[in-house]
Amino acid sequence: MTTTTTNEPLVAPRGFAAMYAARQSGRDEMLEPDGALRPHWGMLVSLLDDLGSEEVLRRWEQGRRIIRENGITHNVYGDPDGVDRPWNLDLVPLLLPASDWTGVSEGLVQRARLLDALLADLYGPLRSVKEGWLPPELVYANPGFLRPCHGIIPAHNRWLHLYSADLVRQVDGQFLVLNDRTQAPSGAGYSLENRIVLAGILPTAFRQCNVQRLAPFFITLRQTLRSLASPNRENPKVVLLTPGPYNETYFEHAYLARYLGYTLVHGNDLTVRDAMVFLKTINGLQRVDVILRRVDDDFCDPLELYPQSYLGVPGLVEAVREGNVAVANALGSGVVQAPAFLSFLPRLCRNLLNEDLKLPSVQTWWCGEPDSLCYVLENLSQLVIKPAFPARGSDPEFGEEMSQEQLAELAARIAARPGNFIAQEHVISRTAPVLMEDQAEARRFVVRAYAAADAQSYSVMSGALTRVTGSDDSLVVSMQRGGGSKDTWILSEGPVSETTLLSAGSLPPQLSRGGGEVTSRVADDLFWLGRYLQRFETDVRIARCLFARLMDQGRSDVAATVGVLARALFGYRGFVLNGNGLGDLVVEAFDSVGPGGIRPALRDVRTLMRGLRDRVSSDAWRILQEIERELEEFDPKIEDDQIGRVVELLNRITVDLLAFGGMVAESMTRGQAWRFLEIGSRVEHAIGIARLVRTTMVNCSEDESPMLEAVLDIADSSLTYRRRYLTQLDAAAVVDLIVADETNPRSVVFQLNALQDHLEDLPRDDIHPQHSPDIQTVLQLNTHLKIVDLRAISPPANRGGRPELEALMTQVIDSMADVSEWVSQIYFSHATSRPLQGRGAEEAAQ
Amino acid sequence: MRYRVNHTTEYFYSDPVPLCHNIVHLTPRQTIRQSLVSHLTQVTPNPVMRNDRIDFFGNPVTWFSLQEPHESLKIAARSEVEVSAFIPPVGLWSPAWEQVARVLRERRDLEVLDAMQFAVNSPFVRAHAQLAEYAQPAFTPGRPLLECVTELTERIFKEFTFDGNATTIGTPVLEVLQHRHGVCQDFAHLQIGCLRSLGLAARYVSGYLVTRPPPGRPRLIGADRSHAWVSVYFPDFGWIDFDPTNGVIPSFGHITLAWAREYDDISPVRGVVVGGHRHSLAVSVDVEPLTGTPKILARV
Repeated sequence: MTTTTTNEPLVAPRGFAAMYAARQSGRDEMLEPDGALRPHWGMLVSLLDDLGSEEVLRRWEQGRRIIRENGITHNVYGDPDGVDRPWNLDLVPLLLPASDWTGVSEGLVQRARLLDALLADLYGPLRSVKEGWLPPELVYANPGFLRPCHGIIPAHNRWLHLYSADLVRQVDGQFLVLNDRTQAPSGAGYSLENRIVLAGILPTAFRQCNVQRLAPFFITLRQTLRSLASPNRENPKVVLLTPGPYNETYFEHAYLARYLGYTLVHGNDLTVRDAMVFLKTINGLQRVDVILRRVDDDFCDPLELYPQSYLGVPGLVEAVREGNVAVANALGSGVVQAPAFLSFLPRLCRNLLNEDLKLPSVQTWWCGEPDSLCYVLENLSQLVIKPAFPARGSDPEFGEEMSQEQLAELAARIAARPGNFIAQEHVISRTAPVLMEDQAEARRFVVRAYAAADAQSYSVMSGALTRVTGSDDSLVVSMQRGGGSKDTWILSEGPVSETTLLSAGSLPPQLSRGGGEVTSRVADDLFWLGRYLQRFETDVRIARCLFARLMDQGRSDVAATVGVLARALFGYRGFVLNGNGLGDLVVEAFDSVGPGGIRPALRDVRTLMRGLRDRVSSDAWRILQEIERELEEFDPKIEDDQIGRVVELLNRITVDLLAFGGMVAESMTRGQAWRFLEIGSRVEHAIGIARLVRTTMVNCSEDESPMLEAVLDIADSSLTYRRRYLTQLDAAAVVDLIVADETNPRSVVFQLNALQDHLEDLPRDDIHPQHSPDIQTVLQLNTHLKIVDLRAISPPANRGGRPELEALMTQVIDSMADVSEWVSQIYFSHATSRPLQGRGAEEAAQ
Repeated sequence: MRYRVNHTTEYFYSDPVPLCHNIVHLTPRQTIRQSLVSHLTQVTPNPVMRNDRIDFFGNPVTWFSLQEPHESLKIAARSEVEVSAFIPPVGLWSPAWEQVARVLRERRDLEVLDAMQFAVNSPFVRAHAQLAEYAQPAFTPGRPLLECVTELTERIFKEFTFDGNATTIGTPVLEVLQHRHGVCQDFAHLQIGCLRSLGLAARYVSGYLVTRPPPGRPRLIGADRSHAWVSVYFPDFGWIDFDPTNGVIPSFGHITLAWAREYDDISPVRGVVVGGHRHSLAVSVDVEPLTGTPKILARV
């Protein structure tokens, strides 16, 4: 550690601060321009120095481990590896004294009130357009202005329930709003998660710095959402509507839903009947009162809004119009977050609230106004240009980075359609220290602050999500561009009340109820997860058996067995083992795009798992990733003598798979959700055995022992067989063991018994379980398998084929397909809706 | 002229549909030249939920949902309307087209503000340099707007081929411009796009044509279907309709259902079904004059 003497010994930089001093920008949050430590950082910096740099790095690593283990991720669009990227959290929080934050809070409350009033006006009398406070293009050409929502008056006349703003801090300390978020603000959940991680790894600092708590904000939000339900509803139901696992912040949706005690739903979990919204659960339809949406409003109802959307709920707008459900933020709220509005807010604030705007925006020009256009074209090289109504993926363009030709081209584009562009001043913002491997670097940052509606006005979160640039020269702060995040500590003068303390896993009791029911979609996904997992396991076992046989090419009887097994794996008809046949076979088995082989089932498993994020433990995820990695790294172009490598790989996968299945099942309580996973697995297992028997044992060769051996191996029943029959291989005995033996956990009948138990435990409306079609199908099949004479239908191989065995196995497969269909109909109800006429099929007006 | 309009839409499903939600624009709106004598939209099976209201653009709209399994859906709209003739004003009257564009840019009284919403881009019909270029020969400097739009209407009628198989409802306007084939929706969207590209306000009108032509006159294209045309804003005068599919200025032979920015705002029948796998569709439109003999349509 170094000691530096300055005029202000109390805040003299030493240790961490001194190390950073050389790197700082001269406009820093932690250090004064002359390098002195700002007073409110004193406590944190001295605690970090007490820990010492090694310990700090150890804690940081611990933080990153918690993030990985809790599966805290965000998805990066357009990057094939970008799905589920670990969240990037810096160890050093951003510190703001309460005195600095008070002014910002007041400004945010006012902006939220203003935008709420503006929404009420745009979807009502439209005075701001008629009186000329706002250019009409900003409303009429704005894709966010949802005309079907015009005239709807939401509960308590409140449009905006959760508002956020991105703030930059000028060198002089003034905060400026870079943009307002009114659509479906993201990040509040990440700020909570950041807090939990950081308070966990820096507990002393967190306590001694008097950090204000986040929980009151979420309690307010929760109370507000509850209050939106119609007053005559005693126990209103609130759900969180997500676009699904491919959304960039899906982790946050699942996290917030769990934290707030709401059911996480997709659009097709909900249905509109009698102009009311219902949640489809395996226990029937449940009325929904309030929807906290993370789906953009224009995607919320394919009937009245964007017709191509599969993320919404058909009929939702009508249910809202009738006042039977409240949506937060109200449908249509996205209109005012277009950056073109920023330059009109001061005037609107005076006109709508009769107040002066307290918290200024970054200076913004809408080019649709002639004066602004002139200014922008003259000063293009100093400005940041953005679309007036941004679509997803539209990037800001920085004049200062452009060549003369590029500037001329941009100017031409703006001049052609000025109303489509805005320009913003490029603010020289402050920096904050970000911990890199062994040092701290100065990075620009943007603070995303949140306000939640309360009974009278708005409450601002005492904290925020701070995001930093990904490199020192990056102009854009974005998690999509590899930037990081920081916790934001608002420091009180005195001690902070402990009553709202949040620590990992312990939630305020009033927030922790609900969320227990199983939606039809989740049940459906779990059912298919069970099926795909089992299918993948079967495929791996067949492949392993196949390649193990190929290692043994000296045996004359191998070719026939291999041909049949290849057919079982790929559905091949005539497989001939010849010179390059082996190479092709390996390539085919591990092909990542073809229809055959072992990968398609794994891909299906992964797709389903993503939507079940909140149901499957991160350990299970890791095993799945390990299997995928092994498959990815395996190069199927191998020489014939390397076949052992294939078998080794398949052995490893088989073991991983056992661990994976165990992990999925273990991390789930033995409730209805788990039952659907089991049902899917049992159905698929029975089908797998029946298919195997049908492919391998119906048309049999003279000496079928090699084949019977393979069948026992694949069905994981070799040990049991040998214990009973020693070495003599007999077709009827094999069939008996893997089809009808109810003590063998790998037999068809064992699956049927388990299936029957699970089905009988599912909720039924007033119908006796024995009379429901799914259970009856299982019962009939089970009875039939128990009474059929297996020895008679499995004659020795030299007496020709076994048509009765084939018929019996087909019956198993068909019955299982029926059970699958019945379960779908009763519990999942074919819940996907689609447009009545696609644009193509529409009655063509002539 | 008084007309009776029967517009029937029928869906047949391969499997029973348990739930469907619909929005229909089938009630003719009242206009300066058109009064609605009577109207009934009958839905079979009878819907549990039904609401009639007025949409953002002032058009009557009906929302209904069927919540019991059904294998077919029939929407039968019967209307009686009285339409009066439109005599196009003499060409000299109308202001120069640049003058109209300037009014839309600069004047901010309520009438112009209302027209503004049809001058800006809508999701499907957006201003584009190619559209402006196509329209340009008709929009010579200082030429009265009425003449300009009349010539543009005529050109689209002559230069584009009516072809029910060339496009779908999703074919982009620029593609229609390139291939010069399409149906009335395509031509209406194209003309609206041209006008918006020049800074003018144009809206999409959906409606019907008289089914049987007057004696000695050819049957107009699209007479047994719903039809579409455009309407153009003339400051201090109001809106004048143009039918690019037939190259005419509509008079009492065109019955107006609704108007908006583009087709999607007012598609006659729009619905979402749950289940039902496949469906087939049958549409019939019949427009029958009840009184008098229709006079000859004003050829442009």
